[in-house]
Amino acid sequence: MLQLFKFKGGVKPQTNKTQSVGEPIGVAPLPSRLFVPLHQSIGGTPRPLVAAGERVLKGQLIGGADGWISAAVHAPTSGTVRAVAEHVAAHPSGLTTLSVEIEPDGRDEWIERTPIDHGALAPERVRERLREAGVVGLGGAVFPTHGKLTASKTVPMEELVINGAECEPYITCDDLLMRERAEEIVRGVGVFRDLLQPKRVLIGIEDNKPEAVAALQAAAAKLGENFAVVAVPTRYPAGGAKQLIRVLTGKEVPSTKRSTDLGVQCFNVATAYTAWRAVAHGEPVVSRIVTLTGNVERPRNWEALLGTPLAEFVALGGPKPDTDGYLMGGPMMGFAMPTMDAPLVKATNCIIASSPALFPPKAPEMPCIRCGECAKVCPHELQPFELYWFARAKNFGKTQEYHIFDCIECGCCSFVCPSRIPLVQYFRFAKSEIWAREKEKNAADQAKARFEWKTAREEREKAEKAEKLAKAAAAQAAKKAAEAAAAAAGEAAPAPAAAEAATNVPAATNPPLDAEAAKKAAIAAALERARAQRAAVEPKNVDRLTPAQQKDIAEVDARRQQAGIEAPPTAPEESQP
Amino acid sequence: MITAIAIMALGAVVLGAALGYASIKFKVEGDPLVEKIEAILPQTQCGQCGYPGCRPYAEAINKGEADINLCPPGGAEGVQRLADLLGREVKPLDAEEKPKAIAFIDEQTCIGCTLCIQACPVDAIVGAAKQMHTIVPELCTGCELCVPPCPVECISMEPIGENLDNWKWKYPVIELKKVA
Repeated sequence: MLQLFKFKGGVKPQTNKTQSVGEPIGVAPLPSRLFVPLHQSIGGTPRPLVAAGERVLKGQLIGGADGWISAAVHAPTSGTVRAVAEHVAAHPSGLTTLSVEIEPDGRDEWIERTPIDHGALAPERVRERLREAGVVGLGGAVFPTHGKLTASKTVPMEELVINGAECEPYITCDDLLMRERAEEIVRGVGVFRDLLQPKRVLIGIEDNKPEAVAALQAAAAKLGENFAVVAVPTRYPAGGAKQLIRVLTGKEVPSTKRSTDLGVQCFNVATAYTAWRAVAHGEPVVSRIVTLTGNVERPRNWEALLGTPLAEFVALGGPKPDTDGYLMGGPMMGFAMPTMDAPLVKATNCIIASSPALFPPKAPEMPCIRCGECAKVCPHELQPFELYWFARAKNFGKTQEYHIFDCIECGCCSFVCPSRIPLVQYFRFAKSEIWAREKEKNAADQAKARFEWKTAREEREKAEKAEKLAKAAAAQAAKKAAEAAAAAAGEAAPAPAAAEAATNVPAATNPPLDAEAAKKAAIAAALERARAQRAAVEPKNVDRLTPAQQKDIAEVDARRQQAGIEAPPTAPEESQP
Repeated sequence: MITAIAIMALGAVVLGAALGYASIKFKVEGDPLVEKIEAILPQTQCGQCGYPGCRPYAEAINKGEADINLCPPGGAEGVQRLADLLGREVKPLDAEEKPKAIAFIDEQTCIGCTLCIQACPVDAIVGAAKQMHTIVPELCTGCELCVPPCPVECISMEPIGENLDNWKWKYPVIELKKVA
């Protein structure tokens, strides 16, 4: 028997899981419209590959992965693309995101599927296949799975942890998946095992799911895999990656490190299932199991197509009349869906219909009494009451000193707070402010660098231009000098033919003096030309003057002469004929 | 008596030499306060403060020539942070605060004169003479310096709305409910 460890903190809320496990996974009927957001996972936003009016088949690529950490998006069913446009996202903000709207044709026709034999292929090809199939972490973080499947070169892979804990209340999608499709999960884990080559594989499941534990144990035994299927004590948040690693291996992931630095990698059971479907059946991720529970007549798990609008999905469960909203995710970490048009996405593990009876409105927030309950339950051993002060005062530097980024927003602190302070909301606020500031700072630094570069470049260009001008001027002068010298020589040449050589001697022995003289002559000539040009220009306003005006002008000129100012060169010719 | 004076004089000479050596050895190039002020400024290089760039404005603030409330892109928060750094009084911003915007070139109207490219302080506009120009939105600081030189008025400032990339969790507020 494997020795289990404990993580600090945690709470035991009402699990509320029995409601939705009564029936097997149902296949949700085709909705009338699908809105598939292109950005469903961490990393780059996939590029749309289809246009409005195009016919697509089930499983056809509609969004190509952009960059290595990005996962492709596929058409969930066959039909016609109606639009590639902004649509409300499954996000607490209610903002829109680029989505592909598909009108199903009802035939649910698959594109050609090509299974691969992962054992015969190079690991890179398998990772590539997972990326192309859009396999991402379905536990909620939606990190592209292929990005986690490269074994570290420096740290030997010790343990592969498969997360079937499903610790949040209400959610049962992984439970049902493990009960019904255990064999495929085990095979998927086998794919991960082959890629990472860990020393042992541990599958952790909370002990409130004995059927799932039994099913996985049976499947592992049947397939001859020596995976340890372990029932872990039920305590929220045992399903957090770092918590489950702690419980199963006793390793505590330090704040600045990742589990891979300790030789541990963690995947969700549903991720293993989709990875197997992608490898052995060539099926990309186009649907997922979603728990529909809460204030509905028929709580149940459904295999629903990604992109199904919330309104059509919840109709399957028959929401009771007093339903006042829908939560995506669990009651501890979930958020209220913004509208009924918001689609189901890869991260949607559960939809809970809420009602005032189920989730009574919180009593008003009271002052913090520093009881320390939050610090006792924090699974990351943070001090939420201190973080709360600093976040509330917007003292973000201090929140970082108290390791706000280690907070996993599990909600244990808010759950136990006797003053009902929405602690997690404060932490989320502080985190997003810090991120925004960091982004702004980076942008400012970049702008500064670019500005300095531009200034330096302009200065360099100016210097280069000045140098070029100076060079050209020097060349011009040299040319002029040479011409003048040649002219002088030419002038001098016929003369001395008749005259004595004495005149020739200074010209030959004293060329710099001659060049100087030539330059002076050139300047004088230029000045002369300019004067001639000025003289040639006739002022237009002195044509056809009346005798009175001419007289005025004559007077002005006379005054000028008296004052000792020279009359303008053009005027006298006109006014003093 | 003489000894005491000699000792004091000797002490003065030794300490003076040490101080002189330290002032040369540990000389700080530039003014560190200017760096700190500049770090707060948004680096848009827009010149709206009346100085040709953020650095000259930072230098002017350091010398006490300029007020701390002249930077519209920095906003009221920038003024607050400058006031905290310099121990000066917070003043209202000497301009109206605008939402963050980036420039946009209407490519139908652009004649390819390159005037905006020359005006852009951060080289965020690409294009060549008699070729269409366009703005690299990731690099644009929203300084508006490219707007006046455009002879065909094809550059407009487009405010950046809230999107999923820049959305932030809001400060928790207690909803006040009307009672009776």
